Amino acid sequence: MSFLTLDHVSHHYFSKSGYTKALDNISLSIKEGEFIALLGPSGCGKSTILSIIAGIMKQTAGKVLLQDKTISDSDLAIGYMLQQDYLFPWKTIIDNVMLGPKICKTNSVKTKEKAMDLLDEVGLCDVADAYPSSLSGGMRQRVALVRTLINDPKVLLLDEPFSALDYQTKLKLEDLVSQLLKTYYKTTILVTHDIGEAIAMSDRIYIMDANPGSIAKVFEVPLELRNETPFLVRRHPKYQLIFDKVWEELDKKAQEGGALK
Amino acid sequence: MESKTDQHLFENFKSELKREKKVVFIWQISILISFIALWEIASKLYWIDPLLFSSPSKIVNLIITKFGDGSMITHVQVTLFETVLGFLIGTILGIIIASTLWSSTRFSKIMDPYLVIMNAMPKVALGPIIIVALGTGYLSIITMGAIISVIITTLVVYSAFNEVDPNYEKVLKSFGATRWQCFKEAVFPATFPAMISTLKVNVGLSWVGIIVGEFLVSKQGLGYLIIYGFQVFDFTLVMASLVLIAIFAAIMYKIVERIEGWLIKHTI
Repeated sequence: MSFLTLDHVSHHYFSKSGYTKALDNISLSIKEGEFIALLGPSGCGKSTILSIIAGIMKQTAGKVLLQDKTISDSDLAIGYMLQQDYLFPWKTIIDNVMLGPKICKTNSVKTKEKAMDLLDEVGLCDVADAYPSSLSGGMRQRVALVRTLINDPKVLLLDEPFSALDYQTKLKLEDLVSQLLKTYYKTTILVTHDIGEAIAMSDRIYIMDANPGSIAKVFEVPLELRNETPFLVRRHPKYQLIFDKVWEELDKKAQEGGALK
Repeated sequence: MESKTDQHLFENFKSELKREKKVVFIWQISILISFIALWEIASKLYWIDPLLFSSPSKIVNLIITKFGDGSMITHVQVTLFETVLGFLIGTILGIIIASTLWSSTRFSKIMDPYLVIMNAMPKVALGPIIIVALGTGYLSIITMGAIISVIITTLVVYSAFNEVDPNYEKVLKSFGATRWQCFKEAVFPATFPAMISTLKVNVGLSWVGIIVGEFLVSKQGLGYLIIYGFQVFDFTLVMASLVLIAIFAAIMYKIVERIEGWLIKHTI
């Protein structure tokens, strides 16, 4: 049964001088606990999809259903993690993490304990009272992850969350995130332009087309790869096979795009 | 051995820094002293008319006697009270107006031309109208002090509100935050440094408003002393008031600078 469904979703951006179609007729459905990746060139509307699912924007056409309810009617929490951590520099780490409960007014001693447990799980409980400026990029992104998880969201939206990090940090964080999300059985959508990351982390990959953003092709990640940690997936013999297939598809798109120009 | 030379280089650097600071200070002091000396001599030798330009010794004497008999203290108190109050009201009111503008995009669009006009308008020109409306007491003068800084504070703070990175709001909205919650949690605290930097500008502006206000109506205060001295042709009194204004404005500026440093350290 489908947990999250996008049913013929389109979105337009309007301005004085005209409009652009950012998304065209996107349909996809995700089962609970699945991890999917949206892969495509910049400007293909990947982030727009996430903003719509998060309820920050309203699509201009089509339906988004979470457990058969529209997003605005559903009271399931949705976690949204951005490309940069966007920790609030004037708040301590623990206050940053507690932002979600504060907004939803579920702030209590229990949620605070939970926050400390989660921070502990990502190895950061000793910096709870520090300010974000004293943390490294990787640590900050881990705090952002905890902040996203604290409200116990059923759906997690990751908008290129590792792209601003250096390579080693990125690999380590991929492993951590992947393991955490599996443990808590979260449904996740990852937006990325990194083919390796998409294969290493997800169960299914949607290749997207730009102008207007639409789904061009879907790849199932082989079962053997799904249960490995992202770091080990990259060494798996099947990794290269699917990498080549995805690469070919993207390359074809790029060339078509080039020919159009 | 190596650490010894490192230490030595560091010591050299520090003494160099100290020397530079000393040289700058000596220059600053000598400019001040030579200015005062030149003024004194010029006045004594009638290079300038001592009746018009007074002399440093007369000014100092006057300040000492006026403080001695207590008459100066009230004037200083009145002006300081008005300035501090005008400054506070102008700043706080400006921030409040900016917040209401932010709360409704439509309201801010409607208000835009009025704000532009009010900002362009020289506020001191409103003086006579304020006096007619509010009387000749402290109230008018404090209003002058406030009105001169309120519009610019509004504009600066409002534009700072709009420059806050929208991604902070995005984070909050993903938790389902209302517009008010976004303001309270992200927009307002993120703009704090901008608000603090308006404080410094407003100190200077409030002094302008208060002194002009006192020119127009008051019976007390340093601005009044300047006008009074001018009318009775006592330029020593005018100069003495100017010196006091310079001193107190500088002190107030320094205090605000300290508060600014403290606030920034404890909030960001």
